[in-house]
Amino acid sequence: MTFPKLAPLAVIAAMAATSAMAEITVTDAYAFETAPTAMAGGGFLTITNTGDSDDVLTAVQADFPSVQLHTTEFDGDIARMMHLEAIPVAAGETVTLAPGGMHVMFMGLQGNPLTAGDEISATLVFEQAGEMPVTFDVVARDTADSHGEDRGHNHDQNSHDHGNSHDH
Amino acid sequence: MKSVIFGSGVLAIAAGLGVYAWQANTAPTPCGNTSVAGAAIGGPFELVSETGETVTDTDVITKPTLVYFGYTFCPDVCPIDSMRNAIAADILADEGVDIGTIFISVDPERDTVDVVRDYTDNFHPEMIGLTGSPEQIREASQAYKTYYRAVEGDPDYYLVDHSTQTYLMFPETGFATFFRRDTPSEQVAEITACFVDQLA
Ligand SMILES: [Cu+2]
Repeated sequence: MTFPKLAPLAVIAAMAATSAMAEITVTDAYAFETAPTAMAGGGFLTITNTGDSDDVLTAVQADFPSVQLHTTEFDGDIARMMHLEAIPVAAGETVTLAPGGMHVMFMGLQGNPLTAGDEISATLVFEQAGEMPVTFDVVARDTADSHGEDRGHNHDQNSHDHGNSHDH
Repeated sequence: MKSVIFGSGVLAIAAGLGVYAWQANTAPTPCGNTSVAGAAIGGPFELVSETGETVTDTDVITKPTLVYFGYTFCPDVCPIDSMRNAIAADILADEGVDIGTIFISVDPERDTVDVVRDYTDNFHPEMIGLTGSPEQIREASQAYKTYYRAVEGDPDYYLVDHSTQTYLMFPETGFATFFRRDTPSEQVAEITACFVDQLA
């Protein structure tokens, strides 16, 4: 299995990350589960720069054939997903990679789909803060979350709430 | 980034321009959405179903149906839109209104029958995933006046620009309206139910 369950390690990694590189904090790293034959999956996270100097996320490394930073731009009703070379995180700023905008694109999943409950160990590479371990929790695609709002409709199969499952 | 038009792209672009032409020409309808005066959206297509059979529009649009064009390599926008449509179908099912949902791939190179079936099953057990030859997909996209274009890059990991409207189609009368991706599922359900009432 490509995505071993590493919960204890992830906790240690998260602690190490916050103490060694206090300027950048990464929270809410998650990815949606994919179909068994999916070729790609998207990862999302929130990056906060509490330091005095600007930083830039330049890469994400994980155990997939290709991992890139992507964004989707809209030209009217046409969606254009594109590769980002870097994501700036200015001093004092919080940048969120969220559905419908920027994402980490995990490519080449063939045969190793993202399954809810799995974790993806990855490394974020920042220009200033350097390498930072991060664990993406793979979560079910909750119907209420898919538009970022809960309008009160309780869908039978999706009434479970994973909304807090990726809060660390 | 240099981009290349895969085979059928020129016609797809022409169809894409058509989208702007007809969207400008919209008028309010009793169902509170905008509809299109005199535009011919939809029509015959021939694609490949989840079981590998060749199917036509009349085989798969047998009830009011939400039709969306996307590609499975898209991990963000297409799933959000497909899930929105699936939720709308479930809301309507709760209200006793039976509608269908269809996802048509615009990525014939990568989206095999199995891949499209698995992808759509992830959103709704009854969502129909259709793929086909580049020609079949081009014709279906042209019928619905949607735009798609594969962007050159890695041969395995290229991206595809594509329209994100969802079309509400009826078996007898064809196109009823379309939904932009920012329309929430509840509103899609409400407007769809209105058209179903009207056309019943
Ligand atoms: Cu992407």
